Amino acid sequence: MNLFGTFGQLFAIALALVLAPLLTGWVNLCRAWLQNRSAPPLLQPYYMLHKLFLKDVVLAHGASHLFRFAPFVVFGCMALACAIIPTLSTDLPLAPAADTIALVGVFGLARIFISLAAMDIGTAFGSLGGRREMLVGFLAEPALLMVIFTTAMISQSTSVATIVETLAHRDFVIYPSLAFAGIAFTFVSFAENARVPVDNPATHLELTMIHEAMILEYSGRHLALIEWAASLKLYAYSCLGLALFFPWGIAEGASVFGLLLAIPALVAKLAIGGVLLAGIETLNAKVRIFRAPEFLGTAFLFAVLGLLVRLLLESRV
Amino acid sequence: MSAVSLSTQLINLFASVILLLAFAMLAQRRVLPLINLFALQGLTLCLSTLVVAFTTGQAHLYGSAALTLLLKAMLLPWILHRLVRQLQVRADVEGLINIPATMIAGIVLVMIAFNVALPISQLSSTISRGTLGIALATVMLAFLMMIIRTKAIPQVVGFLAMENGLFLAATSATYGMPMVVELGIALDVLVGVIILGVFFFQIREQFDSLDIRNLEKLKEH
Repeated sequence: MNLFGTFGQLFAIALALVLAPLLTGWVNLCRAWLQNRSAPPLLQPYYMLHKLFLKDVVLAHGASHLFRFAPFVVFGCMALACAIIPTLSTDLPLAPAADTIALVGVFGLARIFISLAAMDIGTAFGSLGGRREMLVGFLAEPALLMVIFTTAMISQSTSVATIVETLAHRDFVIYPSLAFAGIAFTFVSFAENARVPVDNPATHLELTMIHEAMILEYSGRHLALIEWAASLKLYAYSCLGLALFFPWGIAEGASVFGLLLAIPALVAKLAIGGVLLAGIETLNAKVRIFRAPEFLGTAFLFAVLGLLVRLLLESRV
Repeated sequence: MSAVSLSTQLINLFASVILLLAFAMLAQRRVLPLINLFALQGLTLCLSTLVVAFTTGQAHLYGSAALTLLLKAMLLPWILHRLVRQLQVRADVEGLINIPATMIAGIVLVMIAFNVALPISQLSSTISRGTLGIALATVMLAFLMMIIRTKAIPQVVGFLAMENGLFLAATSATYGMPMVVELGIALDVLVGVIILGVFFFQIREQFDSLDIRNLEKLKEH
């Protein structure tokens, strides 16, 4: 582990922590613009976090240690995920700690803790949200794994850094399998980040909410951590998508210049991604919860098709 | 990696899009988007044929591409749109089994088709041989659509999509059929759709619905 790599790693984590709420704010801003609403300020998520961190925590009477512990676990998982995914550079000392399969496991760990915490208090909404989250999760995870297997087959490695290095450095070749995987990944990330076709992040409507139902009992710094973790999750998924499907601009090896160049590239890609996300969210209506399995089943189908097309069309390549 | 030419990549890409559209048609609940998807599939097929024609210099493939464009991407969808308008089909398409189960059946079919096609395509020497599996999969998915749909119009769309798959198979395995055969098939399909259009009216006249399960009740007296 060299000094530069350590510095790059720390810088990537710090940038993730800072940029993640900004990304959420940007998506909210675009959504408001597209829907003819007056937009909240771009920095609204920061104000929100600031306000929540200053407030006292109110705990329910029945809250166990798990309930107090969970926000820190969730936040830690998301920060770790952001550290593993190459956002700026593929020279990450932490990258060998977990490959993409373990990355899915890290997301899974966060999901289990937040669902358990939601059920811990024993309110109806918490259990309802927890169950729905697990329903969405168990359908989304296999699809995500299939997407990762497709990219892993192309680069012969499950390490994210290696996948990015392979994909970014090769002559330009059209991979139909990557197109399928990209569509599947988009579907999965919409479901995982509680965006519109599956969940609506903007409402607290009893019958439909999933993510919001789970965190109803949280307050103060716990809520702040969970909100921040949600932003980090969106950031992590966006960066994973960018790293797998649009890896250009990510720096490789130890060079300050490459790192400096990677920052504007990342910000630009995230900004465009945010506009697209807001656009898709505006154009689609939220589906009934019972349609969510169909939505995620389609994602799984695309991912499997990508794998099959890879085997058929590109095996001789 | 770079040994593969751009045209092969493009052909593979278009073939994948055709497969994607076949699945989209399988999952589509409403009639009009189903017809639009079919038109889009025809357009993709035309583009893929054009790429093959351009790369191999086979002049008659340009004719096939033009025929595909005219017939499958424009004329047939237009006829079907008109039929839907005249028949005032509003209800959703209903299937015998639900959509997720259909999708899983579809994946199994694709696996079978790919496995069957792999040894065959290795015998062929065309630049587009890899897409034979996809063509076979498209045919089988169209079959599946004809089997699971109960309404008449989606069945006809399934029939036409099957023809798309056969055309793709012909292009990928042998650079297309002779022009006479192709013209014959095109005419058959066109006449078939027109006759089926008349059938639709008859079926609806008889049963007040386009559900072909009603046809099972017909008996000779």
